[in-house]
Amino acid sequence: MRIVINGTDREVHSPPDTPLLWVIRDEWGLIGTKYGCGIGVCGACTVHLDTIPIRACSVPVGSLAGHRVTTIEGLSPDGQHPVQKAWIAEDVPQCGYCQSGQIMSAAALLARHPRPTDRDIDTAMSGNLCRCGTYARIRRAIHRAGKDAPYAESS
Amino acid sequence: MSNRSGLQAILAVPRVCPRKRGMKWVEDGTENALYTSMHDDTWGARVLQEIPLRKDGNEKVRGTARYVADVSYHGMLHAATVRTRQPGGTVVSITFDDHVPWSEYVVVTAKDVPGVNAVKMIEWDQPVLVEAQFRHAGEPVVLVAHPDPQALARAVAAIHIDERACATAPVFTIDEALRPETRRIVADNVYRDYLMAKGSVTDVETTTDLVFEGEYQTGAQEHLYIEPQGMIARVEDGVLIVEGSMQCPYYVHAALVAVTALPEDRVRVQQCTTGGAFGGKEEYPSHIACHAALLALKADGHPVALIYRRGEDMAVTPKRHPSRSRVRLGASHDGRLRFIDIDFVIDGGAYLTLSPVVLSRGVIHAAGPYRCDNVRVRGRAVATNHPPFGAFRGFGAPQSIFALEVALDGLARALGVAPDVLRARNVLVPGDISPAGQKIGGPLDMQRVIDQALEACHYHAKVEACHRWNAQGHAIRKGVGLATFYHGAGFTGNGELTLRSRAGLRVSAAGVVEILTSTTEMGQGMQTTLSRIVAEALRIPYEGVCVARPDTRDVPNSGPTVASRTCMVVGAILVQAARKLIARLCADAALPPSYSYEEFRAACARLPSSDGVTIITADYQHPAGRDWDESTFQGSPYASFAWACYVAEVEIDTTTGEVSVLDFTAAQEVGRVIHPTVAAGQIEGGVVQGIGYALFEEVRFGADGQMANNRVTNYIIPTSADIPPIRALFQESRHGAGPGGAAGIGELPMDGPAPAIINAINAALGTDLRHVPALPEHILAAMEGR
Ligand code: FES
Ligand code: FES
Repeated sequence: MRIVINGTDREVHSPPDTPLLWVIRDEWGLIGTKYGCGIGVCGACTVHLDTIPIRACSVPVGSLAGHRVTTIEGLSPDGQHPVQKAWIAEDVPQCGYCQSGQIMSAAALLARHPRPTDRDIDTAMSGNLCRCGTYARIRRAIHRAGKDAPYAESS
Repeated sequence: MSNRSGLQAILAVPRVCPRKRGMKWVEDGTENALYTSMHDDTWGARVLQEIPLRKDGNEKVRGTARYVADVSYHGMLHAATVRTRQPGGTVVSITFDDHVPWSEYVVVTAKDVPGVNAVKMIEWDQPVLVEAQFRHAGEPVVLVAHPDPQALARAVAAIHIDERACATAPVFTIDEALRPETRRIVADNVYRDYLMAKGSVTDVETTTDLVFEGEYQTGAQEHLYIEPQGMIARVEDGVLIVEGSMQCPYYVHAALVAVTALPEDRVRVQQCTTGGAFGGKEEYPSHIACHAALLALKADGHPVALIYRRGEDMAVTPKRHPSRSRVRLGASHDGRLRFIDIDFVIDGGAYLTLSPVVLSRGVIHAAGPYRCDNVRVRGRAVATNHPPFGAFRGFGAPQSIFALEVALDGLARALGVAPDVLRARNVLVPGDISPAGQKIGGPLDMQRVIDQALEACHYHAKVEACHRWNAQGHAIRKGVGLATFYHGAGFTGNGELTLRSRAGLRVSAAGVVEILTSTTEMGQGMQTTLSRIVAEALRIPYEGVCVARPDTRDVPNSGPTVASRTCMVVGAILVQAARKLIARLCADAALPPSYSYEEFRAACARLPSSDGVTIITADYQHPAGRDWDESTFQGSPYASFAWACYVAEVEIDTTTGEVSVLDFTAAQEVGRVIHPTVAAGQIEGGVVQGIGYALFEEVRFGADGQMANNRVTNYIIPTSADIPPIRALFQESRHGAGPGGAAGIGELPMDGPAPAIINAINAALGTDLRHVPALPEHILAAMEGR
């Protein structure tokens, strides 16, 4: 079967019940997407399925034939996606491990709601854990990205 | 790692936000962050006026930072660990099922350990692999590796450890450990028994106006760094190289040398980008590194990756020590503390590991930043059959500070004195002697910290508003609570003297300055902070300084990355190294006494060196007059403290017992802020962990003594929806022993939230909660018992 990953049509060799996360990391070598829990609760593995944020650890790859998957590497070629720029400007990352997932969730949120309220942000982001506690900055960065950029979904 | 260097990077124009100075309140882009500066001085006059971006930000928003699980090698094997299941006993035999083609696998047991089969933190007590006797469930017995993860799983299922349980019942609580007839794990089940005493409690207890007593408990806490632990070991040109997620490369190095019996120069340890640690990657990485190394040494040149999955990580790695404190406070009618008498006990788990030093920090902080002539703090670390408890941000202090601060609110209620007044009346001022016998030096002013916190959150107005609201009989109750405390930076007592840390600078002919230190970046911002300190000391731009990867082949041993010591201790060593470098450039390369960056770089190019780089190192200097007597717990336990007052505002749904934190104010006197957003990030992050510690994070132990709720679904940490606005306020009196007068702050914010929140709940409900985590069912029960 084939999946469009970051704009490129690719063959999947792993068995269909393999979680998408391991196909992304082990088969395609896209290491920006992280494993944190493997059961869909921490958000470290968040990628976009078409335009929807999903937990790659909990989706069998066999169910995704013909879909488009976007990872942090596909969000922008150069780290210049408005969300990434806002993340830098607000100095969000600490250890950084959760941040690919945070950024993917935020980018999907902004594509739906270019000017989200705090409540929209809490609803969209509460499935992305950050043990370093960067939540306040994430919120500011999302507002900034919404404000600074006429938001263009790039995935 | 962010080793961005070269001319391009150096000449890139930084985003400079000039900071106003003096007694002004300055926004740093952080919500409500305020900075007050008492003095102006020359240190920090240049670089510290700018707020450059974090060194490691870019790679972390692009997903290009390489954590250990992102590293792979050709022919790499994956590894797994087979462990004991019972809480103590003897391994009788290990059987390997016939249907598995074992020749395809690498298998390691205790028989394969070439050196010492133990990791030494303080004593050589915790085995790397069980030989026969074991003390807890989850101890490693067999290691196995294979190129295919599925085949590995089949092998793990085919290894059977036959265990004979201990004849006596295991001990799992402090009370069980101390009861004389229970199972003995070590003599009396007590690892250490310390006493910090000043004056005489006995002399004054009968003549004191009022005595308040209570017993306080804190639960275990799981770090839940989002990156699980892991190591990769390989042998290259006869050198064993181990890389992974860790705080302390030289701890790992020492463990590997002892366990493999290889010479020091044939063992090399490299830190990978580390996805959070908080103390949780201080001691256990040594075990994982040894496991990966033992497999790699038997694997015919194949690298071996031992990367934990979440469930295993949560079940077997150390957690914060549970504690029980019996507190007696004596006070005069006007609210002056006459005596403080505390019996503080922590559960150390099945091996000693770091418990003695966690205990000593807990004991020293137990009597708080208060003036009191008669103090007795007894501290014990006991042995149980839980996996060992270990380092976690705060290191014993959050436990003992929780007990004291919640007891102080109890005392305030008994005296009919407001909690803030009781604290203001007793807090240490310059010239006072601390409970450990340390003379408090100026110019810090704790009262100003309290005032700043109370003013910033309109404390008194809030207290009034809560009273009015609660009087109206709503199902939602509101309350405000506070805690005042200090946290000592650096190793306790003579620890820094024993460590004898060394750090260095490597300068290329192009003038690029690299910091050489074994101090690791784990998110706390050390690359940014240390680069800034060195840039300031050398009077060159921040962009001209970077941090070399912590690799024991290349960097000196600047000690472990723990104890809020990086900025203060390692920063001060680097300032010395920078001064030596300037002297060298002046003497050997004609650097003029005042110079531009261009002149600095030109002088670097002129430095005579054999291979184009010059390395300058400097060693730790122990401050004169800083003595500590380990046997009496008197003297100067820490070179500096950060002082703080935290205020929490909560509301409680009295029908469900659920608590929301509405607002949080964290005011601290930190000596000097080296980088405003990094410092504020540490405070915000610590407060978030503290909120979890207070309200959600319950480690439940199974019948085998291991964490039973070892999943992210049933061990609950705060999410963005649980976090109120956090106001991080700083005062900078330059009192610290670090560069420019900085003290350490990494652990401080873990100490205050739990007592402030519990005090706020008790104020709102009229309850007397005395433990954390305070779950909804506990709150409902406490309301019943009012
Ligand atoms: S790894 Fe997928 S949600 Fe945690
Ligand atoms: S930045 Fe460390 S977990 Fe989010």
